[in-house]
Amino acid sequence: MSNGLALLSIFVLSVFVGFEVVAKVSTTLHTPLMSGANAIHGIILVGAIAVASNATSNLQLILAIIAVLLATINMVGGFVVTDRMLEMFKGKKKEAK
Amino acid sequence: MNRNLYDLLGLIAAVLFIMALKGLSSPKTARRGNLLGAGGATLGTILVFWAPGSAHKHLGLILAAIAGGVIVGVPAARRIQMTQMPQLVALFNGVGGGAAALVSTVEYLKLGKSATTAEILATVFTVVVGCISFSGSIITFMKLQELMTTRPVVFPGGRFVIAGTLLGVIGTATWVINSGGTSPLLIMGGLALLFGVLFVLPVGGADVPIVISLLNAFTGLTVAASGYVLQATLLIVAGTLVGASGTILTRLMATAMGRSLFGTLFGAFTAKPQESVGASEVRPVKSGSADDVAILLNYAQRVVIVPGFGLAVAQAQHTVRELADLLTSKGIDVAYGIHPVAGRMPGHMNVLLAEANVPYEQLVEMDEVNPTFPQTDVVLVVGANDVVNPAAKTTPGCPIYGMPILDVAQAGNVIFLKRSMRPGFAGIENELLYDPKTTLLFGDAKDSLTKVVSALKAL
Repeated sequence: MSNGLALLSIFVLSVFVGFEVVAKVSTTLHTPLMSGANAIHGIILVGAIAVASNATSNLQLILAIIAVLLATINMVGGFVVTDRMLEMFKGKKKEAK
Repeated sequence: MNRNLYDLLGLIAAVLFIMALKGLSSPKTARRGNLLGAGGATLGTILVFWAPGSAHKHLGLILAAIAGGVIVGVPAARRIQMTQMPQLVALFNGVGGGAAALVSTVEYLKLGKSATTAEILATVFTVVVGCISFSGSIITFMKLQELMTTRPVVFPGGRFVIAGTLLGVIGTATWVINSGGTSPLLIMGGLALLFGVLFVLPVGGADVPIVISLLNAFTGLTVAASGYVLQATLLIVAGTLVGASGTILTRLMATAMGRSLFGTLFGAFTAKPQESVGASEVRPVKSGSADDVAILLNYAQRVVIVPGFGLAVAQAQHTVRELADLLTSKGIDVAYGIHPVAGRMPGHMNVLLAEANVPYEQLVEMDEVNPTFPQTDVVLVVGANDVVNPAAKTTPGCPIYGMPILDVAQAGNVIFLKRSMRPGFAGIENELLYDPKTTLLFGDAKDSLTKVVSALKAL
């Protein structure tokens, strides 16, 4: 299998996994789930670091460093804000017991 | 690092992401799910510093940029008030989309003439969708932060401008694919940014959270496409997971709000400037004092509290709980009627009331609370409007038409705590305000509730 095809297979299989994992989710969790997924795509940081460490011109380096900065905000901020949302739910469950 | 070991650890990070999403879809495991996701992200990030075949240059600058991102991101996420969370998520999503577009651009610049057609296609996709996600998210942020009007912005001929911009994006994309080069890519990016703005401007009211979710899915797909350009499996898996689950989530949200996804997305092409029906005439309303409200509540047997965005703005969740406790102690049956999209995001009210330790059993969802309204003596609407607006049932063509509402008009009395007669987020008049059984108490929700509580204690 060529490299391109292997990557395409990974893509297609991931689509199905993505559909499956969130198939049954209650309305209450829509926002935290959206926020958590939002943090996960902050993984673009990995790509940003990869292009920054291989930059061959100043323009590339500047753009890549901006990407690293933005991606970090997305990832770190995203996980922290999701955790804060979910913290509130934990309080609610204690109360229910 | 050994290539196989590197790929294996990358696989672990990918599995952590799948478990994170799975965990986040159930209340019991949600928090753990989020931590698993953070673990996967940390693993992936540490790993890339040992990537085989990388030049590993500019380490200092990269670490400084990461530190900068943490310094900006963490305090923003920590200090943000619950009311402002949706726009922060929108903003994070936008910068992620922007980052993905930049990453692909840099890789494209570096590959130059050696880029394959597939790589160019993936780059074009990333830059276009990443730019739309970036500018669209900034507009949703500004709408939610009320830096601009929250109503749908529709201008004459708007649909032609939007269609023209879209054609321009497609045209320049073809140009990039055929001839390569930096300037076509930049022009394409610029047009995509403009399209993102035009795409979100006509969206208003309850549709905004749906658009955030959709843009979130978009960013996921751009991350996957840039993973293809960089040949990074982890990016493909994580980005695709977010793209796919985000699409499903967007559909679920749209269904929960009774909106068609198609209508939300292509509202831009079909929206007509709203004619306000009889909004200009001044009609009498019955406004009462805190004492009137307290008396109404005191002689009720069943009270349903309907919280909305006003409650969140006034941070009145603790006061409303105090009122509910007081009523319960007088033997009155109290419940909260929770509309799935009350506030500015689905589940907003659950989060807010959970913070005030409102007992879980008192939170009743729309489908369960609606049949009980005929037996309810008093409905106390705290800073909600669109979710109880009968126009959603009676006025075809209004922006919220077809959205399921809390049928509070069935109850004996309706009390609105409102700041002013200003219509809700969707910008539509609420007929219920003029109903003879409606009493209005004007003022900040927290002040009003505090006054009602002391009036009730004095009775």
